[in-house]
Amino acid sequence: MSMTKIAFAGALGCAVLAGSALAQQALPIPPLQHAVPSDGLNAAQMRGQDVFRTTCEHCHGPGRGMPGTSSLAVKYQDTAPAIPALIEERTDLTPELVEFFVRNGSGAMAPYRKTEVSDDQLADLAAYLSRPRP
Amino acid sequence: MPMLPPGISQETFDQALARFREAVGGDNVYSSDEDVALYRDAYSPFWGEPEEKLASAAVAPATTEEVQAVARIANELHIPIYPISTGRNLAYGGSAPPYSGSVVLDLKRMNRVLEVDERGAYALVEPGVSYFDLYNHITERGLDVWIDPPDPGWGSVIGNALDGGGGWTAYPFRDHFGAHCGMEVVLANGEVVRTGMGAVPGSKTWQQNRWGCGPWVDGLFRQSNFAIVTKMGFHLMPRPEAFISANVSVQNDQDVIPMMDTLNLLENMHQVNGSTGLGAGFGGGGAWSCTVPIYGPERVIREQMAFAKAKFEEIPGATVNVGELIRTPLTPEQYEQVRLVNFGIPNLSTFAMLTRSPMNPNPAGGHIGFSPLIPRTGEGLLEFRDFYRDNLEEVTQGENLGIVGPVFMTNWERSLVALIMFPIGRDVEMNRKMRAAFTRWVELAAERGWAEYRSPVAFMDEVADTYSFNDHALRRLRETLKDAIDPNGIISAGRYGVWPKHLRQT
Repeated sequence: MSMTKIAFAGALGCAVLAGSALAQQALPIPPLQHAVPSDGLNAAQMRGQDVFRTTCEHCHGPGRGMPGTSSLAVKYQDTAPAIPALIEERTDLTPELVEFFVRNGSGAMAPYRKTEVSDDQLADLAAYLSRPRP
Repeated sequence: MPMLPPGISQETFDQALARFREAVGGDNVYSSDEDVALYRDAYSPFWGEPEEKLASAAVAPATTEEVQAVARIANELHIPIYPISTGRNLAYGGSAPPYSGSVVLDLKRMNRVLEVDERGAYALVEPGVSYFDLYNHITERGLDVWIDPPDPGWGSVIGNALDGGGGWTAYPFRDHFGAHCGMEVVLANGEVVRTGMGAVPGSKTWQQNRWGCGPWVDGLFRQSNFAIVTKMGFHLMPRPEAFISANVSVQNDQDVIPMMDTLNLLENMHQVNGSTGLGAGFGGGGAWSCTVPIYGPERVIREQMAFAKAKFEEIPGATVNVGELIRTPLTPEQYEQVRLVNFGIPNLSTFAMLTRSPMNPNPAGGHIGFSPLIPRTGEGLLEFRDFYRDNLEEVTQGENLGIVGPVFMTNWERSLVALIMFPIGRDVEMNRKMRAAFTRWVELAAERGWAEYRSPVAFMDEVADTYSFNDHALRRLRETLKDAIDPNGIISAGRYGVWPKHLRQT
């Protein structure tokens, strides 16, 4: 599993902290971990990764307390060849499959409306999750 | 084609949709089967049955002015509309309306955090702002205030408060409606009203004094259908310096009575301000336990904990284990160990109870909750525990339906919520059994003087019926208000059992 550990407030930079009298306080932004770094992504994939981090990662990210990830780990525990529980690490996803699950949901996951994930954002997300891997 | 609003002709509906498109932009009106289906309640106990509540279309304004325009059009053409915030009120109806054929007024695009004042410790937000959004806004600016998230962080700050939701940090912040301060609402005729000090032009205290002068009306917009809330202020908690908690155990069943008396004393004195967890003595006897969480300055809460410990130790046989003091902000290591909502950090980990697990490889997917308010006393706990045990077989017809309960929730002071959870999925026959069980719990609880604090859409009429003192005088008062404020009955028909005159059953 590739995993990038993001330090507390590391992505914030100094500028956004400067306005506060308590700027020295480094406050955590969840999730602390991203499964996939942004290196090498094209523009659409990068936008798709942003959608993933905003909308999907709170349930399908790495680390503890991720019901989507833990649920898929159970679902695919006996699958051969192995399918990763982290959907960002899967290589078998097609854009159509990503779009189906976002618009139809699955189990406890309710579908996402277009005011939550627009068609353009969904296309980017699908491009990201189905990106070719080396 | 999606269904039409009842009593509305195709021609009138087409006219309404055309005018909605002019008001909010064509891309923000959804009327195709595919798009409207996204507004179904994924956790509906009527999923796939004729009684499932469905929308006719959806309109997504981005500003208060656009909400006004939509309201005026709907009011003129008598189109029923159903405002939602983020639409994630799962288990309580999601984004589906209580009245089939309503046009969903989807406020998700109104997602601006308008203000967070660190010194005054308050925020002003729009309905589409989720707990994640507000948390990110605060942390990206390094502001030293906490939000109070409920279990699922994707919900609307406004929507959760308006539906009566609660969270998990210190009182009073975890009573989400109670922690609000000031509203902006759009009436059915399109008029904008600001409440409290917001009614004063140039007011500098809208989020600092919730009462203003004269009759206070904010409560009219909680769990209601009198207006569309477009802004709301909330008091935030300055980041507490530290947190400490203790576990208290008592040995005998009846010891829960002095345990709760002690806990109540400490909470009512505001010496314990965190959200207590209760471990129940199920099975008819045995130990009870509670947690005693306190937020505040380190030196102060150490003394408060010492006071609390001594009080609990007055109960014969009680044991009190004080946990390690946790200073804030959390370290990365602490972040991985604590329950995040207790530290003002939104997340979605609660959905683990619904998703696949080694113990439950084929979950139903959704759930609904029956959640009556009961007295916050040991006697209240014992009575509800025995009530649940004694009636479970009758309610379930002797079948194991996977119902879980009771879980005693302590989000609010002075009362408890006794939560019973029902799995909901796509099996029509199982859902029918769940509905029958839910209805029976409502009836049985009402016989004891218990009623719900909040209800899934499918049971709002039944729950409203239990508030029946003096031949339903409260309902009649609400109907009088509804008729006065929304005479055409366009907003959220049926929400929490309040129907407009033309849909009222005599």
